[in-house]
Amino acid sequence: MARAAVLGRLTWQVAEVVDVAAETPRVKTLAFDVPGWPGHRAGQHVDVRLTAEDGYQAQRSYSIASTPDNPRIELTVERLDDGEVSPYLTDELRPGDQIELRGPVGGYFVWEPPQGGPLLLVGGGSGVVPLMAMIRTRDAAGSDAETRLLLSSRGWDDVIYRDELEQLRGDGLSVVHTLTRSQPPGWTAYARRVDAEMLAEVGPNPAERPHAYVCGPTPFVEAVAEALVQLGHKPHRVKTERFGPTGG
Amino acid sequence: MDALMLDGNAVAGLLQEVFAVEMTTAIETCNRCGATDPVGALYVFRGAGIVMRCPHCDNALVTIVKDSTRMWIGFAGIRTLQVTV
Repeated sequence: MARAAVLGRLTWQVAEVVDVAAETPRVKTLAFDVPGWPGHRAGQHVDVRLTAEDGYQAQRSYSIASTPDNPRIELTVERLDDGEVSPYLTDELRPGDQIELRGPVGGYFVWEPPQGGPLLLVGGGSGVVPLMAMIRTRDAAGSDAETRLLLSSRGWDDVIYRDELEQLRGDGLSVVHTLTRSQPPGWTAYARRVDAEMLAEVGPNPAERPHAYVCGPTPFVEAVAEALVQLGHKPHRVKTERFGPTGG
Repeated sequence: MDALMLDGNAVAGLLQEVFAVEMTTAIETCNRCGATDPVGALYVFRGAGIVMRCPHCDNALVTIVKDSTRMWIGFAGIRTLQVTV
């Protein structure tokens, strides 16, 4: 089964939008029905292809947010104002619309429940999307892997999956927020960019040999990965996924 | 640090298109510094084509150029590529 999902030449297939939901003012989750979807693992992504009437094509990669047992494929997409693909996905797509996608792809930035914990997940903005797939998969599998999510967002209203994370926390999952640009009145938690001191406080200790997954804009990922290695985490246990300058 | 830099995850689909297997977990050995890394951990730069670089010594490992019907792949910097079969 897992092998069937790994092997095989990739083909583009038509996916139909079945639901569109706002996560934050700039981020939406699109749910697709993909006939014959072979299944996926938490952290994998899909390539999305749009074709204009004149034949021009644009292609982007998006992390899958949904769990492997969900028959729908959910992508959470941040709208980039100067983007070529994301404004179309977030502003134009309606249930019943069709796009082309292929996948699942990737296998490096993947976590499955048998790998166990402890898990250290560090996300910047929409970098939380593949990490959320891991958290949801952990929950769906009833895994007790100790998991810490450190999520950096601009402000409280920019926190993707905020309410769901509040519901899921506990049972070995801790969620720590840092708000880098604006904080609500009375905010006493972190209000700065992720740094080594913060990572040391959030833990776990490198001696516990956590699996670390870091995802976000490239400068964010570089800074976090470097800080983790400085703290003593083994480089090969720090897996990274970079979105480029702005993310999404 | 180049903010435009990506990593091997970004070309997972492209590589699978060519090799028909998942490639980001394949392990490459750099022919300059000898470091071994999963392809997903390599640095990736996009321009007219794609250049994959060693995250330790910056050696250009793989170059990929694509047009609508063909793809040119160069492995100038790779000593070995270990693929699960």
